[in-house]
Order: sequence, then C-alpha cells, then structure tokens
Amino acid sequence: MGQQQVKEIILKIIETIAPDADLSDVKSDVRLRDQLDMDSMDFLDIVMELRKRYKVEVPKEDYMQLETLDSCAAYLAPKFEAVAAS
Amino acid sequence: MVRRHEAPSRSTPMHYDVAIIGAGMSGLAAGIRLAYFDKRVCILEKHYAYGGLNSYYTIDGRSFDVGLHAVTNFAPPNVRQAPLAKLCRQLRLTRDDFAMHPQRFSEIRFPGRTLRFSNDIAELTDEVAREFPHQKDAFQRLLTVVREYNDVRLDAKPLSARRVLRAHIDDPVLTEMLLCPLMYYGSAEEHDMDFTQFVTMFKSILLEGFARPVDGVRTIIKMLVRKYRSCGGKLRMQCGVDRINVKGGTVESIVLDSGEQITADVVFSSAGFHETMGMCSDHSQNVPDDPVGRISFVETIAVLDEHPHQLGHDAAIVFFNDSDVFDYAVPNELVDLRSGVICCPTNYEGHESVKDSLFRVTWLANYARWNSLDEVAYREAKASLLADFRRRGESVIPGFSPHIVYTDMFTPRTIQRFTGHANGAVYGSPRKRRDGRTRVENLFICGTDQGFLGIIGAMLSGVTIANLHVLSQA
Repeated sequence: MGQQQVKEIILKIIETIAPDADLSDVKSDVRLRDQLDMDSMDFLDIVMELRKRYKVEVPKEDYMQLETLDSCAAYLAPKFEAVAAS
Repeated sequence: MVRRHEAPSRSTPMHYDVAIIGAGMSGLAAGIRLAYFDKRVCILEKHYAYGGLNSYYTIDGRSFDVGLHAVTNFAPPNVRQAPLAKLCRQLRLTRDDFAMHPQRFSEIRFPGRTLRFSNDIAELTDEVAREFPHQKDAFQRLLTVVREYNDVRLDAKPLSARRVLRAHIDDPVLTEMLLCPLMYYGSAEEHDMDFTQFVTMFKSILLEGFARPVDGVRTIIKMLVRKYRSCGGKLRMQCGVDRINVKGGTVESIVLDSGEQITADVVFSSAGFHETMGMCSDHSQNVPDDPVGRISFVETIAVLDEHPHQLGHDAAIVFFNDSDVFDYAVPNELVDLRSGVICCPTNYEGHESVKDSLFRVTWLANYARWNSLDEVAYREAKASLLADFRRRGESVIPGFSPHIVYTDMFTPRTIQRFTGHANGAVYGSPRKRRDGRTRVENLFICGTDQGFLGIIGAMLSGVTIANLHVLSQA
C-alpha cells in the first residue's frame, strides 16, 4: 500500500472520530494534535480504528509515530503491507 | 427419583470480555466504547428501568426525571476540548443526538443578594462586580486559577476548596454563594469540597453552563441504549448481581440473583465502591478505609397549569440559601429547608411546547431519618413537606398554590431502593477512585465513585475506565 493511501485512511478515520473537524487543508508535515486540536483520547481512537478496520496493531510505545500524516504514512505503510501479505 | 436437568447456562456460563454492573450513564457509555471496538460486553441492570441515578418514570401519564435538573458542561460546538465535544467523539455521537436546548439564565439567591449566571461567564463576572464591587479583581484571579487547573488528571492530590477560595476571595458571602451551586450539583463531601471537584464543577456549571433535552433525561438514556445495542452490546434488565466470586485477587465469576453464573475477563461496576466491594465473595478482605457517602436529597415536584415564566418566574435553576452561611451537610432532621434548588425545566429555550410544566424543589435530606419511618409516618412526613414546598413556591411565584394540578415526591429512601446506593447517596463516597482501581485486579469502578461529575462527567467516567483498563491494554 502506498503512503498516499495510508494518509487517506488516516484522514477517513479522523473523519469518523470527529465529523465536525475541517480536514480540507491538513498539512502532511504538521502535528495532527496542533492542526486539529486532537488529544490523547483521539489518538487512542486512531489506533483502535486501525485495529478494528485493518487489523493493524500499533503498540503503545509507537503512538508518537502517529504525530503527523507523513510519519503515519512512513510508519504504517509497512504494517499494512504485512497484514495484506499474511 | 427425580432426574434433574441442568440448564445449559449453569454448566457453561456465558463468557464476556467485559461485564458491566449497572445500566446508568457511566455503564452505558463504557459499554458503547467497548462494544464499538468489538469487545463482547454484557451490562447487568438490577432494575427494570435504565439510567441509575439519572433515570425517569411515568405516573398517571405524566413524565418525570429523577436526578437531572440540567445537563451541565454545555459548550458551543467549536470548543473541541470541552468535555461534551470529547464525549461525542468518544461515543461517535453528534451534539444533535443529545437534542439539548440551552438555559436562558439561572440564579444564586442569598438574603439580599442575587447572582445571575448564564452560559456566558461574562454575565456572572458583571454580577459579581455589581454585588461585590471590591471582589471584582479577586474573582478574575480565581477564574484564571480555575481555567488553568488540570482537573481531569487522575492523580490529583486532595486539597480543600475553601482553603483555596480563602486565599483569593476576601468576602465570605461570595465564597458561600459560589460554593452553593457547585456543592449542590456534585459534592459528596459535607461542609467543604475537594478543589479538583470544585474546579470540575466550576467549569461545568459556571464557565460552560446548562442545557436540557426537551424530553429530559430519557432522550439521553434511550439514545445511549440504542447506540449500545447497535454496537452489538448485550443488556440484561432485572438482572441483579448477588455475588462477585473473587479468587486469588481476581474476579472468577459473577453470580446473578437468579443463581446463573457468568464469567468475564474484566468487570466494571457503577454500583458504588462500597456497594461493589460488599458484593465480593471475599469481602472479609475489604479494608474499611473509604467513607460511605451520605449526601442525599428529597425532591418535591409539582405540575403547574401554566409555565413558570408565564407566572413571572424565568430562571431555569435557582440555588437558594436563607442565610449568609451555606451549611452543606446531612441534616439532623428529615430535611434541611434552609437551602435548596428550584428547577423549572420549561424555562430552558425551546421548551414552550412541553405539555407538563414542572416546578421542582430539591433539599438536603437525611436517609437514616426517612428510612426509620413506618408507612404512616412516612406518608405524614411527605404531606408535611408538601406544605413546605407550597410555601417555598409562594416565595418565588406569588399565588403559586392554586396553579398546582399534580404533585409527586421522592426521598432518600426512594433513591436507595431504586439505585441500590447506600444511604441514597446521590454523589457517592467523598473519596473518589479516579483510576477506577480496586484491590481486585480485574474489577474496576466507574460512575459516581470514580469521580467525574454531572451527566457528561458520568459518561466520560465510563469512557475513561474503558480506555484505561481495556482498550489501551491490548
């Protein structure tokens, strides 16, 4: 799976969590926390939705890898590949 | 010889990832979170009605709420870190699901002084400046302290709210007037409250504010039940828990009143800390260190033939106290008539079409006193309180009594009977267990004794415990 696709997946998840968030202009390299006013509860939800929808597991010590869309894509793309291959 | 057939449920108990005791706000919210994320969840509710401490009932075709005067924590949609916004995100609900209408204003009435407040803190700030001109700056400083204080951390140290207030506010009457609504709407502690709880209440009542669904608390409860079921959660009504079997420090099984056993990896209980630990099979191991809550109320309700605002009373909620000192404690008598809360649900915006126009007065009450009465004395006590209620109504709406078409009342005894909370204690134990932990490894407390306050707080309590002890643990 390409990094662009991962970014779209993350944005879709954020849309589920916060339907009122404005996702039209999310910068790939800026912390999601700062752009979208998200907190640790929201990040837990991204992790939970990844598990629920794609069987992708993110261990607690890796939560900081989800800081920006870019870092999400870099960190998650191989995980999506691994799940697809299994 | 009679051959006995074992019911299948006896030989192979149902197993769940999480069993939740109590279908109140916190249990339902925890259930939604867990079921949404594919956990097998079962909520066990003793009563035939949902809601626990925030329930509702219908008598003679008239609808009444128990508990709810106001949904606190009402914040505008753009405040994303407000508790209401967090809750909506966590439960995948929208604000529209709550169908809430804001208050116009409420009041704190002390002898010779009134502070009006609304969902805009500027109104209270002006009122403080008008009634207490020399406290204007002090109040601003207190606002800053409250705004900057992190009241949702789970490891806050106990601190007396009165002590903090004394450091900021010189006029004791202003202190009492601020404490009055905040204690009435959430303090399990008598005389004082913990500063963290004070900040939570201050934010939810004075910085955020009040709102209400037109049909009252049932709108919220029914919506939660629908959501929970749509996520695949199981809800068993009239299904009391007789015993929690604990072995080696973990819950081994739950025995229902029917004798049926179920098992679960994790158990949440919203029944109260003291009440839950009392259900444990090894309760002799309990350390009696947590004080049992004692704060309870009696509420008298009248249906009027006209809306209170048509009779000249416009405030949604009035917190009254008949002297300059506010004495928040369990009274020695049945009821303490010196202070209380008047709630007029139809004084919220958008409530013009509501059929029954209610006028409710809530007073501090003594559970032990009410519980010791025999049936005759109990009825007499209620009748006598009704006379006090009319007098209080007259003081707010002159010519009040002829407008009454129906009355009802509930007492600490009613609350104890329907919720199972010891002493009819509406706000649980003065000692909160903010991380939900108990001495039993897989048994956690949510709801009142966890310590988040109000309706939104109760739901966030369930969410927090679900996140902390199940969802983030995988």
